[in-house]
Amino acid sequence: MKQLDDILNYCNELAFDLNFTKAKEWKADAKDRMLVGYLPIYFPREITYAANGLAVGIMGAGDHKQIIKGDAYYQSYICHLPRGIIEMALDSSLAEFDGFIFPAICDCVRNLSGMFKLADKGKFQRYFDYPQNFDKLIGGVFYRQELEKFMDDAYKVNGVKVTTDKLNHAITLYNTNRKLIEDIYNIRQEFPWRLSAVETYKVLRAGLVIPVEKHNEILEDVIDLISDERGEPMDNIRVVISGSFCEQPPIGLIKSIEMAGCYIVDDDLMLGSRWIQGNVDDTTNDPIGALVNAFLTKSTFSSAVYDVGNPKGKRLVKLVKKRKADGVIFSAASFCDPALLDRPELMKDCDKAGIPHINFQFHENTGQFKVIKEQAGTFSDSIKLWA
Amino acid sequence: MSNPKEAVKEKSMVIQKEMTAKLFKELSNTKETGKKVVYTFVPGNLTELILSFDMLPVYPEINALQSGMRKQSGNYIKEAEKLGFSEDVCTYVKCDIGMMVNGNVGPTGEKLPNPDLLLLSYTGCFTFMKWFENLERLYPGVPVAMLHTPYQEDGKMTPDQISYMVKQMKEDVIPKMEKVSGKKYDEKRLSKMLENSAKAEDLLVNILESAKNVPSPIDAYFAGVYYIGPIFTAFRGTQEAVDYYTMLNEEVQQRVGLGLGPITPEGELKEEKFRLVVEGPPNWTNFREFWKIFYDMGAVIVASSYTKVGGVYDLGFRHDPKEPLESLAKYCMGCYTNMNLPQRVKLLENYVKDYKADGFLINSIKSCNSFSAGQLMIMREIEQRSSVPVGFVESDLVDPRYFSYANIKNRLESYFQMLEQRKIIMKQEEEIVN
Repeated sequence: MKQLDDILNYCNELAFDLNFTKAKEWKADAKDRMLVGYLPIYFPREITYAANGLAVGIMGAGDHKQIIKGDAYYQSYICHLPRGIIEMALDSSLAEFDGFIFPAICDCVRNLSGMFKLADKGKFQRYFDYPQNFDKLIGGVFYRQELEKFMDDAYKVNGVKVTTDKLNHAITLYNTNRKLIEDIYNIRQEFPWRLSAVETYKVLRAGLVIPVEKHNEILEDVIDLISDERGEPMDNIRVVISGSFCEQPPIGLIKSIEMAGCYIVDDDLMLGSRWIQGNVDDTTNDPIGALVNAFLTKSTFSSAVYDVGNPKGKRLVKLVKKRKADGVIFSAASFCDPALLDRPELMKDCDKAGIPHINFQFHENTGQFKVIKEQAGTFSDSIKLWA
Repeated sequence: MSNPKEAVKEKSMVIQKEMTAKLFKELSNTKETGKKVVYTFVPGNLTELILSFDMLPVYPEINALQSGMRKQSGNYIKEAEKLGFSEDVCTYVKCDIGMMVNGNVGPTGEKLPNPDLLLLSYTGCFTFMKWFENLERLYPGVPVAMLHTPYQEDGKMTPDQISYMVKQMKEDVIPKMEKVSGKKYDEKRLSKMLENSAKAEDLLVNILESAKNVPSPIDAYFAGVYYIGPIFTAFRGTQEAVDYYTMLNEEVQQRVGLGLGPITPEGELKEEKFRLVVEGPPNWTNFREFWKIFYDMGAVIVASSYTKVGGVYDLGFRHDPKEPLESLAKYCMGCYTNMNLPQRVKLLENYVKDYKADGFLINSIKSCNSFSAGQLMIMREIEQRSSVPVGFVESDLVDPRYFSYANIKNRLESYFQMLEQRKIIMKQEEEIVN
């Protein structure tokens, strides 16, 4: 078995390689393969797999790329994520990608899909709408149609038909993937010092750019390695991070929170990889139906999903209790309407449940963490002293 | 800065004010009349359906813009920010929530009734969903009907999308309306209203397209927001709206016949120097000052995207009494902000051409991503396709902190100088050719 440090270094390379080298190498290995870039939050990658493709998560340029052209496409009051993505599209970073998926999450991502259309990037550019009606016969039918549209797009690229067997196999692999990720979170719940939040983040993010089988191998190795003691327990508080589901904070920010005395025991950073809670049925003759059903009934809570009837505040409180967390850190990207418009009500729910919380905003290329570290440190101290 | 003297108003504007005042009066009397109240949004609104149940619609974004025009929005926004809303988010939402926690007194000074139903017409703006999730918590127990309008992703409406919307109306929206109003759905009544809608829509298109004349008899942006008022809000589907648009159309056609320019708050514009197409909503907190910068320079807006936010009727859509629910579905999906970017660019490109515009200008709104995200690319596309000078100014909907008069005036003056120079050069080139 590999050493954990080697695995983490490898994941670090994968996670922040904005040229997506490994994904492109994978595509180059066979003629009928394709790369489909998708933006946060969730996209059912199983279908791409079954269509002989690799769904590649495009999570923004972060603080790894200087944005020059991208800034000319966006006003100062638009979040940072799309300008980094446009920059990548205008450079050669996304050149070998066959198509792009823009999941319905906000108006910026929706309009970015139109910008990719205007710029004619990839063979298809699809805004992927999610139903906000969760009735199987209404929203379910609509969602199935959305999935079928994508399958048509994919078929036009490489001529590969998605069969029931292939899709069920893909579902099995992604079920395993989510299960392994959840296992890591469960181990971290008990022993958060064994794998830091930064390390966890890199391990998960690496999975967005490589085939799922490879990622499952990595996850299995990581689980084996952190099943034994590693690191030293610290006198830290335990927090849940909420609001970073789309534009990703720089690693320095996550590290600052940890260094300030907080174990991050759950978060929504790589929410798309953990979207479906539990398994999708991989034994049916209608695997598309299984994916639809999973979306309607097993989705996690998110600012991108209409929540009347199943309020996300209550679900956040439930998560905090499940993870035995001491508090919540609301960490949202600046100008992120979904996260920031949810925040006041989520804070109220935390207040009602007696859960302490703080909040701040970031950009993906924020370079100064001193204030955030002080804020998180004070939060940690106040809980340790007074809670 | 603008002169605060009483604005010159067209007769139709006076009548519209009366119509609005009557509606707010009716809203303030709902306790006595027992009429039920539905909060909903302008884009993709189901006004005829609401009215067919004898319920009254309230449009939170209209309240917000009215608060902006009456200089009340700044304080409301600060109230919402005290509750934890970020400075970064939509100021319509914050203004509405601030107004609500301040007693929900509407623009006419009368208290607005609480909603009996929250009709979330989720069309072309993601924030609408967040807005009503917030309202649902602020009005506990009030039912919410969600109408998810699919985006025109492929630049068209598909039968599947229409079917999805009709199913939502049949299975969720209408049953909730029946329950709240205590009345059965009456399709005949709805169809009758849609006949009126189509008549008013024909008239509105005539009015907006009158701006193809040189000089234009209307300003299709600043005055345009008044013209769209009744049809985008509580009056579409009523005889009152048909009467209003009949009269407005007569007024406008008369001006066309006489070769007159548009009416501004300071009277008729005597010389039309520049014809512009404008993309983006206006600023409401300094609406008159903003308008004045244009008419002082002889600039007339001949077409705008904002006046299509509640329906792009000039592309041919009309409500159809023969297929009422399908027609409402198509209406919702056809609204401007539900169109994809290539569609928007094409529409604006055609406006520049068809309305013989000298320039294309964007008023980019800080807190409206539905419009603003992608506007710089739209601007480039229009510049390349139309070869007219493009301009760009920034402001906000109802947050007075984001209206910088001097900055905007400075930018617009430079822009108008550019248009002037271009006209001179083009004239010289024309003379050389001839």
